[in-house]
Amino acid sequence: MSLEELAQIRDKVRSKMNIREADPNNIRVLVGMATCGIAAGARPVLNTLVEEIQKRSLQNITVTQTGCIGICQYEPIVEVLEPGKEKVTYVNMTPEKAVRVVSDHLVNGNVVDAFTIGAAE
Amino acid sequence: MIRSHVLVCGGTGCVSGGSGKIIAVLEQELKKQGLNQEIKVIETGCFGLCELGPVMVVYPEGAFYSKVRPQDIPEIVSEHLLKGRIVKRLLYQETVGSDSVQSLNNTVFYKNQQRNVLRNCGAIDPENIEEYIAFDGYRALGKALTEMTPRQVIDTVKRSGLRGRGGAGFPTGLKWEFAAKNDAPQKYVCCNADEGDPGAFMDRSVLEGDPHAVLEAMAIAGYAIGSSQGYLYVRAEYPIAVERLGIAIRQAKEYGLLGSNIFNTGFNFDLELRLGSGAFVCGEETALMTSIEGRRGEPHPRPPFPALKGLFGRPTILNNVETFANIPQIILRGADWFASIGTEKSKGTKVFALGGKINHTGLVEIPIGTPLRKIVEEIGGGIPNGKKFKAAQTGGPSGGCIPASLIDTPIDYENLTAIGSMMGSGGLIIMDEDNCMVDMAKFFLTFTVDESCGKCIPCRVGTRRLYELLEKITSGRGELADLDRIEELATYIKANALCGLGQTAPNPVLSMLRYFREEFVAHVVEKRCPAGVCKDLLTYSIDPEKCRGCTLCLRECPVGAITGTVKQPHRIDINKCIKCGSCQEVCRFGAVIKA
Repeated sequence: MSLEELAQIRDKVRSKMNIREADPNNIRVLVGMATCGIAAGARPVLNTLVEEIQKRSLQNITVTQTGCIGICQYEPIVEVLEPGKEKVTYVNMTPEKAVRVVSDHLVNGNVVDAFTIGAAE
Repeated sequence: MIRSHVLVCGGTGCVSGGSGKIIAVLEQELKKQGLNQEIKVIETGCFGLCELGPVMVVYPEGAFYSKVRPQDIPEIVSEHLLKGRIVKRLLYQETVGSDSVQSLNNTVFYKNQQRNVLRNCGAIDPENIEEYIAFDGYRALGKALTEMTPRQVIDTVKRSGLRGRGGAGFPTGLKWEFAAKNDAPQKYVCCNADEGDPGAFMDRSVLEGDPHAVLEAMAIAGYAIGSSQGYLYVRAEYPIAVERLGIAIRQAKEYGLLGSNIFNTGFNFDLELRLGSGAFVCGEETALMTSIEGRRGEPHPRPPFPALKGLFGRPTILNNVETFANIPQIILRGADWFASIGTEKSKGTKVFALGGKINHTGLVEIPIGTPLRKIVEEIGGGIPNGKKFKAAQTGGPSGGCIPASLIDTPIDYENLTAIGSMMGSGGLIIMDEDNCMVDMAKFFLTFTVDESCGKCIPCRVGTRRLYELLEKITSGRGELADLDRIEELATYIKANALCGLGQTAPNPVLSMLRYFREEFVAHVVEKRCPAGVCKDLLTYSIDPEKCRGCTLCLRECPVGAITGTVKQPHRIDINKCIKCGSCQEVCRFGAVIKA
């Protein structure tokens, strides 16, 4: 074991343990996981979001589930809450769309307008 | 991909509360719901809030579930882990906010603490070295070996002001310096994990929750004094700690963090476990080393001190678990950081095991200098059932008590010694108005009488005579001259016993006599126990005005000492009464009087 190897293990394992250090200033990504959401396919969306975020080692993002927000026809729904910014609500989500939300919105800060509830209405 | 971590406490407290079963049910439920690829279950060390055990925390939300039962698990899995609806009913009440979960760190119990030694306890999986490494584990060892000379390591520890956490408070850096100066071909690093004070479980929790911190520190100590071999002497009565230490040592060797040529620097350090076999005296340093050598664990006189001639006749340093657990942080964050915490002469934090008459039984870590009142009333959550605080015992059977009048005393080595108590290893037993101080003094002496190894007469015979004097007082045969006899004998034992066990054994009775003399006098002169504990001095009677003749007490009495007929006042025959108190417990009219 060298110091470099120690640092490598540290960084690799630390990124997986970020989950345990939820910071209130984190960007929060909420996936609707009530019965309506699960029936519409929210679980693969949730798993894709988590997978993409970990793959890119993004820091300061917390992915959690939430309940039904009352617009079941638009499920699966993903909300992105960034401190100091307006909430963005994505609707009719799929795993493929989730990948784009991560790459465009969470990485580059560009809201994917086409997927938002505004576009759907 | 893992999206959630469930941390279940695997400390001794929660394990005995059934956390093993909880983990089993949890894993079974996760599998059933198809969540086992998304949610990871981790068994951690002690969270500290043992009173609320078994506890578990679900991340990323940080939801803190307390007093979890196996039958609650299906609901937590299907509601929270699947659908994201936190089961508020099962949360620790203080963390339930109006619309969200409050962080555990904002609760009264945690926000007044400063968890340095316990930082990884309840946060990492102690059986996985990589999780320790993720939180900067073994970086301090790397830094010491590659960037510092042994002299610089010792200087850092000296400048930090760290003092031995086993109780005596000897400066750690100074101890290391003595051993380093000796150029013997073989030296040893020993860790004292033979925690034996009744009510103390700080070291156990560190070993169970963060074993690698101790291993890393011992390797650093080995580098500092020039030793290649360490021994960790741990109680056999701590099976979880022993198991996790074994795993930790094996993993550290696999990763090349113990063994030969560590970090390619040419430094070698090996470590072995030694199990104690139940004798309290083996926590005394000379007895401990004799025991490691494979001989009967008996103390011998000092000097020579271990730093000169210790284990196998070689220079040896012996530090306590908590002392070692401070070392990696001191190396990484620097002596000045550590010295900025605490008081002028007592630096850093101290872990206390809170027990006795207190709401939050558990483990707390506070900056040294925190007043006792803050620990009892805020962190500890006060005394149960609205009772009044009477005294706190620090240092277990070697320490003394802090009476209510001194509750604002800032806790540090000097202050506690000045008031006749001691810092001790960290057991903090809270007593309320229902505790009799004579009885408590007798309790601690029972312990030391039992644990005296018998080698020297002051301890073997002296503590027994001391016990008999207290027994005489609690049974109502005491006379005022006995109080003087106690003081005289206690002083003699302190001055003449061979080792720390005997020298400190009279401390509890002396300090209780100092602060609660009137209670001793009440036992002797009035033949009365003010707290209502000493059975021989109690009589139970029934107030005929209040008694309705319901016959409940008559039926409850195990010895048939109560007579009476329905709707007529009952009577207790004091010659038959064994003073068990069950009549008073069942009486609905408050008619049974204890005096």
